[in-house]
Amino acid sequence: MILRALALLIASALPLAAQDGPPAPPPERIVADLSRDDVDITTSFDGSDIIIYGAIKRETPIPTTEPLDVIVTVEGPARPVTVRHKERRFGIWVNTGKVGVASAPNFYVVATTRPLERILNPDEDSRYRISVPQAIRAFAGASEVEDVVPYTEALVRLREDHDLYRLDDGAVTVAEQTLFRADVRLPANLIEGLYGTRIFLVRDGKVMDTFRAPIEVRKVGLERWLYRLALEQPFIYGFMSLAIAVAAGWGASAAFRQLQRR
Amino acid sequence: MQIYLPIAEVVVNAFTLVGLGGVVGLMSGLFGVGGGFLITPLLFFIGIPPAIAVATGANQVVASSFSGVLAHLKRKTVDFRMGWVLLAGGLVGSSFGVILFNKLQRLGQVDLVVQLCYVVFLGLIGAMMLQESLRALHRSRKSGPIKPMRRNQHGWVHRWPLKVKFRASGLYISAIPVLMVGAAVGVLGALMGVGGGFIMVPAMIYLLGMPTKVVIGTSLFQITFLSAYTTLMHAVSSNTVDVMLAVLLIVGGVVGAQFGTTLGAKLRAEQLRILLALLVLAVCGKLALDLFLKPDDLYSLTPGVVG
Repeated sequence: MILRALALLIASALPLAAQDGPPAPPPERIVADLSRDDVDITTSFDGSDIIIYGAIKRETPIPTTEPLDVIVTVEGPARPVTVRHKERRFGIWVNTGKVGVASAPNFYVVATTRPLERILNPDEDSRYRISVPQAIRAFAGASEVEDVVPYTEALVRLREDHDLYRLDDGAVTVAEQTLFRADVRLPANLIEGLYGTRIFLVRDGKVMDTFRAPIEVRKVGLERWLYRLALEQPFIYGFMSLAIAVAAGWGASAAFRQLQRR
Repeated sequence: MQIYLPIAEVVVNAFTLVGLGGVVGLMSGLFGVGGGFLITPLLFFIGIPPAIAVATGANQVVASSFSGVLAHLKRKTVDFRMGWVLLAGGLVGSSFGVILFNKLQRLGQVDLVVQLCYVVFLGLIGAMMLQESLRALHRSRKSGPIKPMRRNQHGWVHRWPLKVKFRASGLYISAIPVLMVGAAVGVLGALMGVGGGFIMVPAMIYLLGMPTKVVIGTSLFQITFLSAYTTLMHAVSSNTVDVMLAVLLIVGGVVGAQFGTTLGAKLRAEQLRILLALLVLAVCGKLALDLFLKPDDLYSLTPGVVG
C-alpha cells in the first residue's frame, strides 16, 4: 500500500510538473484503466500482456478538424548505467571512453495510433519527453567525454536490440473517436520495481490531456524469498548456496559408489 | 522450459542450463578438471551478467570438486598438510584478487584482463599438454609402457628455509613456494572465476615436485575450500550468487560427471589428454579471436555508474 501511494506521488511529481500555470480544464479528458496494475514475477514468468483502455470524456461535441490520436508509454524503474566505447590499441580492442548515465529506465515502450512523428510536434515531444530519445535524454547525467551523443545513441540502440526500448506504431486503436485500447507486451527479463504508464491525448500535434497510472512489478513466492534472503541475509544465503553444492556433491559421490557396487 | 533467475533477473531456458552443466560435468568426469574455465565463458555467452557468472561459477565448482575430493579421500590420495598450506596462500591470494577485480571493474578493463588471462594461461597449458601427450602417444606406439616423468628431487624449492615435512607427498620442502603457488592460483581464481585446477596441477607436479597420485586429490581438496570462500565473499560483498542458476548447473554437472567417468574408463589416457588439450586450445582460440576481431558493436553497457 505504501509503495502504491509512493508510486502515485512520484508519478505525479515527474515531467507533468513541466506544465506551467494553473491549467484550465481541457475540453477533452482521458478516463482510463489498466487490465492489471500489478505483475507477479514467478519462476516460470515469461512476460506479461497489459491492456490499457479508456474513453475520452467531453462536455462539447467531437471537434471535426483533425483526427484524434492517443499515445501510451510504459517505463520501467530507472537505474544507473555506464556506456563504454572500444577502440583498437596495440592490435586488440580495449575500452577507452565511458559515459555514466545516472539513471535510465531499464524498459521503455511507446505505443501510438499512427507514426509518432506525424501526430506529435517536436516541441510537445521535448516538453513531455515522449519519444525514446527524448525520454532517455531526460535522464542522462554528467559525462567525461566531449561528445556524449554517440554514447546515448548507443544506449538506445543496444536496449532496442534487446527489445527493452520500443516504438509500437499503430498499437493503440481508437473507436468512434471516443474509446481507445492499447496492448502492451512486457518482456520476460523485467526487473522488480514501479513501472509508470502515461497516456497522452493528441490533437493537431498538441497534447490535450494526460493520464498516469502505476504498475507494480514484483517477485513472488520462491523468487521473492531467495531475492530477499540474498539481499538481507547474505551470510545465510551464501551458506545455503554452499550447503546445496556440498549436498549435491556428496549425493553424486554416494550414488556413484552405489552404482559401482552393483 | 523458461525460468526466471531471481538474482540475475534474466529469463533463460532451464534445459539449456542443465545441458550446459551436463557438458561441463562430462568434461570434468572425463579429464578430472573442475570445469570452471569452461562454465564461466559459456555463461557469458548465454547472456548471464558477467559478475553473476563468475560468482555462481564458483558455487558450481564447490559441488563438483567436493564430489571429487570424497572419492580421493576414500583412496587416501589427499595430502592434508599440503592442502592446508596451499589453502592459506590461496585465501590471501583470493582476497587480493577480489580487490584487484573491483579496481579493474572501476577502470572498465576487467573484461580485457580476464580475457587476456584466459588466452595466456589456456594457450600455454593447452600447448604444453598437447606437445607432451603427443610425445607420450608416439612413445607408447614405439615401445610398450611409458616411463614415468622423473621428478626434480633437489631443485631450487628445496633449498629455502621454513622446511615442512609433507608425509603423504613424501616431501621435505620449504613452505614458502607452497604458499606462493597457493596465492598465485588464488589471485587467478578470483580474477577468472575458476577453481584454478588447470594451473594448480602442473604447478604441483613441475614446481613442487609432488607425486602425481596425490596431486589431483590435494588440488581438489584446496579448491573446494577456496571456491567456497570465494562464493561466500561474492554473496556477502556483491550479492551476485544466483542459487537457482547454480542448482540447475549442478544437477546437470552431477549427471554429466558420472557419464564422463564411465566414458573416460573406456578411452586411453594419452587420447584423453590430447582431447583435453584440443578443448583448452579451442576455448583459448575463441577468446583470442574476440580480442583481435572488430566487435559487432563498439559500445557496451554495464549496470551501475562506476569511477
